Amino acid sequence: MLRKLLMALALCCAMPALATAQTLQSILQTHSEEVAKPGRRTVGVLLDDLVASELPQAVPFLEAWRDREIVLREDDGLFFRQRDGDLFDLDTGEVVGASDGVALAEARPNGGVRRAIGDVLVQFQLSDPDITKRQAAVDAIARSMDASQLAPLAASVAGEPDPTLRATKERLIGLLQASFAPTADARIQAIADLGSDLSVDTRAVLSKILATEPGVAVTLPEGANIAAILTPGVDLGTDEAYAQLVKASLAPPVTSAADVRRALEANIVDGTVGGLPVATMDTQEARAAAYQVLAEAGTVPPLVTPDDQAAALNAHVFYLSYSEPDVAITDAARASLDAIETKVALSQAADLGLDALSLASIYFLAAIGLAITFGVMGVINMAHGEFIMMGAYTGYVVQLFVPDYTVSIIIALPLAFAVTFGAGVAMERLVIRHLYHRPLETLLATFGISIALQQLAKNIFGTQARPLTSPSWLDGALVFNDVIAISYIRIAIFVLALIFLALIVYVLRRTRLGLEVRAVTQNPGMASSMGINPDRINMMTFGLGSGIAGIAGVAIGLFAQVTSEMGQAYIVQSFMTVVVGGVGSVFGTLAGAGLIGGLQKGIEWLNPSNTLAAQTYMILFIILFIQFRPKGIVALKGRSSAD
Amino acid sequence: MGKSFLSQNPSVLWFLIGLSVFTLVVTLLSEVTGIAFISTSFVKTLGKTLCLCLIAVAMDVVWGYCGILSLGHFAFFGIGGYAIGMWLMYARTEIIVLESLAGQVLPPTPQEVSDAIGTQIFGVVGSSEFPLIWAFADSLALQLLMVVLVPGALALVFGWLAFRSRVTGVYLSILTQAMTLALALYLFQNDSGLRGNNGLSGLQNIPGFEDTSQATISIIFFWASALALGLGYVFFAWVVSGKMGSVIKGIRDNEARVRFLGYHVESYKLFIFTITAVVSGIAGALYYPQAGIINPGEIAPIASIYLAVWVAIGGRGRLYGAVIGAAFVSLLSSWFTGGGAPDVPLGFYTIKWTDWWLVLLGLSFVAVTLFFPKGIGGLFDKLVRKPS
Repeated sequence: MLRKLLMALALCCAMPALATAQTLQSILQTHSEEVAKPGRRTVGVLLDDLVASELPQAVPFLEAWRDREIVLREDDGLFFRQRDGDLFDLDTGEVVGASDGVALAEARPNGGVRRAIGDVLVQFQLSDPDITKRQAAVDAIARSMDASQLAPLAASVAGEPDPTLRATKERLIGLLQASFAPTADARIQAIADLGSDLSVDTRAVLSKILATEPGVAVTLPEGANIAAILTPGVDLGTDEAYAQLVKASLAPPVTSAADVRRALEANIVDGTVGGLPVATMDTQEARAAAYQVLAEAGTVPPLVTPDDQAAALNAHVFYLSYSEPDVAITDAARASLDAIETKVALSQAADLGLDALSLASIYFLAAIGLAITFGVMGVINMAHGEFIMMGAYTGYVVQLFVPDYTVSIIIALPLAFAVTFGAGVAMERLVIRHLYHRPLETLLATFGISIALQQLAKNIFGTQARPLTSPSWLDGALVFNDVIAISYIRIAIFVLALIFLALIVYVLRRTRLGLEVRAVTQNPGMASSMGINPDRINMMTFGLGSGIAGIAGVAIGLFAQVTSEMGQAYIVQSFMTVVVGGVGSVFGTLAGAGLIGGLQKGIEWLNPSNTLAAQTYMILFIILFIQFRPKGIVALKGRSSAD
Repeated sequence: MGKSFLSQNPSVLWFLIGLSVFTLVVTLLSEVTGIAFISTSFVKTLGKTLCLCLIAVAMDVVWGYCGILSLGHFAFFGIGGYAIGMWLMYARTEIIVLESLAGQVLPPTPQEVSDAIGTQIFGVVGSSEFPLIWAFADSLALQLLMVVLVPGALALVFGWLAFRSRVTGVYLSILTQAMTLALALYLFQNDSGLRGNNGLSGLQNIPGFEDTSQATISIIFFWASALALGLGYVFFAWVVSGKMGSVIKGIRDNEARVRFLGYHVESYKLFIFTITAVVSGIAGALYYPQAGIINPGEIAPIASIYLAVWVAIGGRGRLYGAVIGAAFVSLLSSWFTGGGAPDVPLGFYTIKWTDWWLVLLGLSFVAVTLFFPKGIGGLFDKLVRKPS
C-alpha cells in the first residue's frame, strides 16, 4: 500500500491538472462501498485515490472519518459530516440541514482502518503547506517512533522546503532506520551513522536497541544474544541472584525470619513447638532448631541453608540477554553508543568547567569587596552579606518604578553601588572607626548591624521572595551542543566579574588612590607619616568594598530569589574565598573563588543527589587547606604579613 | 587551699549563694510544692536558661580569658544534646516496642526488637537500619560518656589542627564558624544517621520515669542544671585563677610575648578550647531533655554568634558577667519574641516587638560594643570600687 501511495504521489506531482476536476463527494461515490463499510484490506484503494486527488478538503474528511463523524444519507447515498445535530457538506464545509429525522447510516471505521487513515494523515501533514503543521507532525513522530512512519517520512523529505525542518526529518529518518529498517545491513549502516550525534533521543534509541533482560539457566541458551554473563556476588548481589532463581522456579524460596516465626506460631502444641517450650523461642538459634525439628517431621518445608543457596547459585549461570536477537546489530549499537558516550563525557567535563567558571565568578563578585576591606583594614565585615542583599533589593525597587527591564538594570547597577557605598561609608564612620584596634569586636559589632539590617529588610519587604527579572535578551542559553549549554545570565555575570577584576586591578595599580591604599595595607604608620591620610583611605576602601557587594547583589538577584536572608547564603562562602585566596590580594581572591567554585561543582558532580554533603565536604577541605597554607594561596610577603 | 581560693575570689561565693537561693525559691514556688506560682513550662525555661548560662561561662573562658573568639561552641552543645537524645529516644522506643511485641505468640528475638526500634526511629527518613553511630545508644552509661568524649575529641582534633598552624584572630573565628556550618549541613542530610532535619524528638519523656509527672521531672532537671552551673562556675573560676589563669590571660593580651617567655602557648589554648567544649557538651545534654527536641537548626552558625553576643553584653573576662548576659538576653529575647512586650503605637506606625526585637538587639549590641566594652558586668566594678 505504501508503495502505491508513493506512486500516486509521484503521479499527482507529474499531472496536477488532472486531479483538480474532481470533488471529494465524487471520489467517495466511486468507492461508496468502501466508505460505508470500510475494511483494512479494501480501504487502500480509496486512500490512494484521495491522496492522488490532492484535494484540500481530503484532510478534514479523513480526520472526521477517523473520529467517526461521517454518515451516509440513506435517501440519496451521499456522505456528510455529522456534528452537533447538523449535517455538513464535505466539499464546501457548509451546513446542509439538521440530522434529526433523516435516515442516516454511520460509516464506522474499525481500528485497522483508522490506523491506515492515521498513516495517510501523517503523510498529508508532513507535506502540509503550513510549516507549523509539518513541525507538529514531525514532533508527533519523534514522540512515538513506529515502523510505519518511516516510509511517509522518507517520502516527505524531498519536497521539504524549510532547510531546518528538512534536517530534522533526515535525522528522524536515521533514528527510525536504526530501529525499524527492513534489512539488518540497513539498520547497521543507520546505527553507525548515529555515532556522531550527542542528543538524548539518539542515545535513547540506541539504549532501546541495547535493552537487556536478566536471565538464568543451567546452561547458556543457544541462539540468545548474550550481553554479559554475571557472577553472583561480583556483578549482582547473591540475594538478588537467588531471588531470580526463585522467580524462575529453579530453587525453593528462602525461609525468612518472619516465615520461620509464622511457621512456628502455626505449629504450637501445648505450649511447645517442635518439642521445645515456646518461652525459649527468644533467639534466632532456638527458633531455627525448632524449625528444623518441624521440617524433619515434614510439617514445614525444609529450611534453605546458606550452603544450599550457594550450591544453587553455583549450579546456574546468570546472564543478561539483548531483546534484539541479531548480534551484528547490537555490536554496532554498542560501538556507536560507546563513541557517543565518550563524546558526551568530554562535553560534560566542558559543561562542568563552564558551570564552575560561572559559580567562581559569582563567588568572586561576592567576595572581592570583602577581600578589599579585610586586606586593607584587617576588619571582617559580617554585614557584607546584608550589603549584597541591599543591592538586590535596590534592583527590585528600581524595577517597581522602571518597567523596562533593560533600562532598570542599567539604572540599578550604579544605584546599588551608590546605596551600598553610602551604607558602607556610614558604617565605617559611625562604628568601625572606633574599633580599629579591636578586630574581634568589629566582627561582633558588624554582626549586630547584620541582624538589624536583615530584620529591617524583613519588616519592609516581607518574608516572601521578591523577583528581580532579567531583561529578555538575557533569557535563554548559549547552546554548543546537546550537552554543553550556559545561560546568558551566567555569561553576563562572568563578564561583569571580569570587568570588576580589570577595574579593581586598574584602580589599585594605576591610580593615586590605589597607591595610597597599597601603602596603608603594607604599613599604616609609615603611610601616614608620608602624608597619606589613613582615615580617608579606610573610608574610601570600605565604601568601595561595600559598593561592589551591592553590584554583586544585583547580579545574584538576577538568577536567585531576593530575600532578606540571601546575604547569609553567600557570606560564609565569601569568607572562605577570602581566607583560601589570601587576604588583601585581588588575584588571591580570584584564585580562591576559582578553587572553591571548581571544588563545589566537582563534588556535586561526584555526588549529584546531595548538595548538602557537597558543602560539608568543601568546608572540611577548606579547614584542612588552611592547615597547609594558613595565609591562603597568595600570601603577602614581608612585614605586612607579620601580625 | 579551698579557703584561700574562695577568699581570693569573693565573687564565686556570692555567685554560689545567689544560685542556691534562686534554686530554692524557684523550687518552693513551683508546682511540686503546690504553690504553683511558677508554671512547669517556666521552670523548664529557667532550667534551660541555666544551661545557657553554663555554656556562656565556657564561652567567656575561651573568649574573655583566652582571647579565642570561637564561633562554634554551640556545635559542641548540640553534640552533647544529640548524644543524650540518642539514648533517650532509643530507650523510650524500646519500651514502646517491647509493649507492642508482648502480644505476639513467640517471645521476640533481640533481632526483631532492634528491627522494630529501627523502623520506629528511622521510618521518618525512609530507613530502618541502625547507623554505626547508634552502636552505644542502648547504654545510658556509654552515651553519657559520649556527651563528654565526642565534643572533647572534636575540639581536640580541630583545635590541634588550628592552633598548630598558628591560625589566630578572625581567621580562627571564621574557621570555627565553618566547622559549625559543616556539622549543621551534615546533620541536615537524611542519611546522616540522626534523622536529618527531623532531629530527635520526644526527649522530655525520660525512660523509667513514665509515672513521674513533668512538674517533678522539670524540677529535677532544674536542680541538675543549677548543680552543673555551680560546679562549672567553680571549676572555671579555679582554672582562670592562679598561675595557669595568668598564662591564659597573658595569651589573650599578647600571645607572642607569652611564647617568648617559654610557655607552650598551643597546649594552653588547646586545653582551654577542649575543656570548654566538654562543658558545652554537658550543658547541651542537660538542655535538650528540657527542650524536648533537637534538630540541626539548633547548631546553625547563628546560635554560636548569639552566644558571643550574650557574653559580650554580660561582660567579658568575668564569669558572672557571662551568666548575667546569657540569662538577661535570652530571657528578654523570649519575652520580646513571645509577644510578651506591649506594642508601641506611634500614630502612623505601630512597633510590633516580634518584628523589631532583632533590630533593637542588633543595634544595642553595636552600642554595647562601642560604648560599654565591659558590658553589664562592668557596672559591678563601679559598685565595688566606689566605697574603697
